[in-house]
Amino acid sequence: MNTLLEVENLNVYYGVIQAIKNVSFTVGEGEVIALIGSNGAGKTTTLQTITGMLTPASGRIIFRGEDVTKVPGHKLVEMGISHVPEGRRVFSQLSVYENLKLGSFTRNNKSEIESSIKRVYRSFPRLEERKNQLAGTLSGGEQQMLAMGRALMSVPIIMLMDEPSMGLSPILVQEIFHIIEEIKRGGTTVLLVEQNANKALQIADRAYVLETGSIVKEGKASELLNDEAVRKAYLAS
Amino acid sequence: MSFLSFLISGISLGSIYAIMALGYTMVYGIAKMLNFAHGDVIMIGSFVVYYAVTGAGIPAPAAVLISVVVCTFLGIAIEKVAYKPLRRAASLAVLITAIGVSYLLQNLALLFFGADPKIFPNVITLPALNLFGGQLVIAGTTVMSIVANILIMIFLMLFIKKTKQGQAMLAVSEDKDAAMLCGINVNGTISLTFAIGSGLAAIAGVLLCSQYNQLTPYTGSLPGIKAFTAAVFGGIGSIPGAFFGGLLLGVIEILSSAYISSQLANAIVFAVLIIVLLVKPSGLFGRPMREKV
Ligand SMILES: Nc1ncnc2c1ncn2[C@@H]1O[C@H](COP(=O)(O)OP(=O)(O)O)[C@@H](O)[C@H]1O
Ligand SMILES: [Mg+2]
Repeated sequence: MNTLLEVENLNVYYGVIQAIKNVSFTVGEGEVIALIGSNGAGKTTTLQTITGMLTPASGRIIFRGEDVTKVPGHKLVEMGISHVPEGRRVFSQLSVYENLKLGSFTRNNKSEIESSIKRVYRSFPRLEERKNQLAGTLSGGEQQMLAMGRALMSVPIIMLMDEPSMGLSPILVQEIFHIIEEIKRGGTTVLLVEQNANKALQIADRAYVLETGSIVKEGKASELLNDEAVRKAYLAS
Repeated sequence: MSFLSFLISGISLGSIYAIMALGYTMVYGIAKMLNFAHGDVIMIGSFVVYYAVTGAGIPAPAAVLISVVVCTFLGIAIEKVAYKPLRRAASLAVLITAIGVSYLLQNLALLFFGADPKIFPNVITLPALNLFGGQLVIAGTTVMSIVANILIMIFLMLFIKKTKQGQAMLAVSEDKDAAMLCGINVNGTISLTFAIGSGLAAIAGVLLCSQYNQLTPYTGSLPGIKAFTAAVFGGIGSIPGAFFGGLLLGVIEILSSAYISSQLANAIVFAVLIIVLLVKPSGLFGRPMREKV
């Protein structure tokens, strides 16, 4: 399998506090990779560094063989990296439709954009029902769908998702994970950050376990699901 | 008939405030900063027109166009040199920098153009309107200010609603990181906002100086503060807010100086602002502020 994304000896600081310590991992083309770990482990920091929201002190990020560590964030979107951020971050003062349109900012073909919007509406019928509503008036689950739909609008090669199931009811969690599977079937690579380790490991191919800024374990998702230490720390329920 | 004539003067002055207020409100909306130097960009733009017309003999419309271009680049340059390095700094540091830029522009103008008031050339040659058989005369400058304001507002609303760049501005003003994740060049969008606000400053400068016929390095100062007040009045960050805030401010100022006291006019203007903010802290059209963490 070809490596699509490679993170190499990444170190990231907030002021003097080191949040990420020498983190390295790879994501292969078409894989779903789960990055699990408890609150404060550094999952969000890792994703934000990959997409240019944070600057690493050292280390490299390689996408399709090219060093993109210093590429500005907006250019990465054009290159095919899409990020569904923690906390959804939809544009609350804009309509659902306008949010989706902004997701296609890097594209120019109007009719292709409209058909992408139709595709998002097929995956998330509720977004179509609410297309003229301000995003700020949506429920948490609907906002999560919008955030995912918006990220899909750039037709990404790889999608980074930061805790898409956070704060959602079990039914909605189910729905979100179905969509992630659908995205995978469509050929898009997924790097999934989750505290809901059980669910994440069920749909992932491989996984990395992050603990206080370092990767402490990695392996096939099915193996980690049965790993005693992982079960104890992250699947205790 | 005199009330109607005062009212029209107020709307005309208010239109100039509104165009200036746009510069404050757009920059605040996107960069969350008070660009204190905006009034001084207006002054520089007016000097460009003054020297182009009286010095170089360039026809007025071309002079205004040159001034728009100069102010646009001045706005972009100020943002790049003074504000961009402070993008992540405390807002107080940014405010102090902006005040510094304001004084810098005033002092440069003093140095190069001198302190003596210049008589601003007659660049608006629109004939006066005679209504009601000559009982109500509306000056060409007045008509021009009102028309310019309305056209600019319509143009801006369409630009923001209908164009990709306009939508990008809204996205950046709400959440810079999320905008970046959509592939929007955040720095470029902020530059564009400064460019538009400063280009409009040139137009506001011409209208302002045509109204008062005078130009000094301090010309932009007090009107700048009033236009900022208008922006806060209408709800800072809101374009319709700048429009109505500017108009209301102009009308209140002219009516108070006509019927109450011309010395107290400014005090009354600010008193009204305080009352509005006590009742509705986010201004007339402002949304309740969502504090960023
Ligand atoms: N903006 C910030 N400033 C300072 N420290 C931060 C900031 N964001 C996160 N941290 C710290 O960095 C560490 C990793 O945080 P984060 O990446 O958000 O973890 P996770 O997403 O795994 O919960 C935590 O110790 C957190 O307190
Ligand atoms: Mg997190």
